Amino acid sequence: MESTSVTSLGAFWRTFRQHPMAMIGLVMLLIAIIAAVCAPLIAPYDPKAIIRITIDDIYTRPSPAHWLGTDDAGRDVFSNFIYGARVSLTVGLFASIISIFIGGTIGIVAGFYGGRTENILMRFTDIMLVIPDLPLIVVIVALTRPSLTNIILVIGLLGWTSTARLVRSQTLSVKARKFVLRAQAVGASRPYIIRRHILPLVLPLIVVNTVLVISLAILNESTLSFLGLGDPTLLSWGQMLNYAFTRGAMSAGAWWALVTPGFGIVWVVLGCTLLGHGLEQALNPRAETHHLAQLHEQVARPASAAARFAGEPMSLSSD
Amino acid sequence: MTMPRAISGNELPGKDGVLTVTNLQKRFLLGRAGIFGRGSESYVHAVDDVSFSLGRGEVLALVGESGCGKSTLALTLLGLEKPTRGSIRFEGNEISEYSSAQMKNVRRHMQMIFQDPYESLNPLMSIGEIVMEPLKVHKLGGSRAEQETRVVRALEDAGLKPADRYLKRLPHELSGGQRQRVVIAGALVLEPTLLLADEPVSMLDVSIRAEILNLLAELRDTRGISILFITHDLGTVGALADRVAVMYLGRIVEIGPTMAVLTNPQHPYTKALLSVVPVPNPRLRHKRLILSGETPDPINLPTGCRFHPRCPLAVDACRKTDPPLHPAGAGQEVACILVE
Repeated sequence: MESTSVTSLGAFWRTFRQHPMAMIGLVMLLIAIIAAVCAPLIAPYDPKAIIRITIDDIYTRPSPAHWLGTDDAGRDVFSNFIYGARVSLTVGLFASIISIFIGGTIGIVAGFYGGRTENILMRFTDIMLVIPDLPLIVVIVALTRPSLTNIILVIGLLGWTSTARLVRSQTLSVKARKFVLRAQAVGASRPYIIRRHILPLVLPLIVVNTVLVISLAILNESTLSFLGLGDPTLLSWGQMLNYAFTRGAMSAGAWWALVTPGFGIVWVVLGCTLLGHGLEQALNPRAETHHLAQLHEQVARPASAAARFAGEPMSLSSD
Repeated sequence: MTMPRAISGNELPGKDGVLTVTNLQKRFLLGRAGIFGRGSESYVHAVDDVSFSLGRGEVLALVGESGCGKSTLALTLLGLEKPTRGSIRFEGNEISEYSSAQMKNVRRHMQMIFQDPYESLNPLMSIGEIVMEPLKVHKLGGSRAEQETRVVRALEDAGLKPADRYLKRLPHELSGGQRQRVVIAGALVLEPTLLLADEPVSMLDVSIRAEILNLLAELRDTRGISILFITHDLGTVGALADRVAVMYLGRIVEIGPTMAVLTNPQHPYTKALLSVVPVPNPRLRHKRLILSGETPDPINLPTGCRFHPRCPLAVDACRKTDPPLHPAGAGQEVACILVE
């Protein structure tokens, strides 16, 4: 077992490194995560500290004292920006864990059990899918208290539909493979087959999907905060946009107060998307089904160094 | 290779039968005719009125074209498909009505080998884990160390020696023949009394086929395992099977001792199948009987004998009477009204 996971992890990393987009996405996300974790070390000012300001401290241009200027309350935009990563990433992480758990469970159960169970679960998913997410989220958050926990719960509980559909279709294709029938013929129970045979082959898809769901959750949180439905005690990127927008940054010409949080959102969402697509390629479970698959790959791409070694005896024999 | 034993027709060798199938039928509901589904129901008749028995340590070959219901029969015997009608007696117990919990116990003694060794192994599990799995599922073999001993023994019995060279490897590192041996080891580890081998060699290179067939014959001889050997290739039957059953469109048309069926076939379908088996010696080659037309679809079965639309000998009576199996030739039973 140990050697199994080590070899597949090694092979995975080798494939993964061959996708430059995925590596760029990974680096972008790592930078955002490091910024969020080490915020107190990076940010020059504490956004929560009580400061005395004069009218001249509002919307000041970027300067050596304030790298990205100040906002409507005279606070350092760069510091707000770094701390804002914490809120956005927290919401993204926890909301996507909820979504993936619900979507994964529904998808696997529907795909594997089929019949009536599948019908009920997938019709429920369809209903959830056609309800427009954002207005519903707005209504629910407006009716409950807009706290961080509530926002995570609402985004998480509504964001699982696409995962459920994807996981179901992958489960259907894994279920059709003969080793599942073999396990049934051996006498394995259905929960055992799901755990041992279905889940490991569906997991790559779930991992890819998680990264994409994270970006969706971050985007949803930003939208909510921008609409003024964010947690008022926390300064997320969406909240920064909301304050800048409603408190005259546009008329004051304070572009730094708008561009900075916008850049943060784009950075993280783009990073997630790039990483997600790269993972999709690297984790493709169909890539490793044949013991000669790697050989085929080498023959198909004669440009690589390995192929030149593999190709030599072949060209000799053809002479 | 052991000579096929002299066993007449379809009768049991002694009272020591492992498996007795009587009038087994499996049909799949396709749908109903008419716009609102109020019309007649249409079915796929995969297995229709099949009866045979299998003695201890006996190999029965089940031969037929693809789509004739061979694999469905195996899945029905194993309880993975519920029979529509008929009786399956395994080790003296009527198992056709068993619940899935009861079937789990049956599957300890009845194991299946699948056609495609590339698809029937989980690509993410090591060979050791794959062969260990049946023991875990059935909570057999005591401690982990004892289970490992059984896994090693099963692998070596299946011809993968030394076993510890294979335990940690993944399926994609093995060749087709080695994978099929892993599948066989996974079945042997439970020490079954009956093996259902569904086209175990059809996906393998010709050079490896003989090895796997020899392995199955060896298991029959040393362990006394009964084998239902399902194949579409009459050429692989002679070396292994004691008896042969020829299946056409869900029904057995001829059954009997291997030598009798191969050297003196009675049913026109069996004759046609045998005439297309390649003969190495060109002087011994004979005229091939190429059947015209396609196998009729198993939804709308022909009336009378189901072989009559393709039968070169068919007469009017064949369109009306559905012939039952009756004794004919050198100890066979044949379902054809033209054979006395």
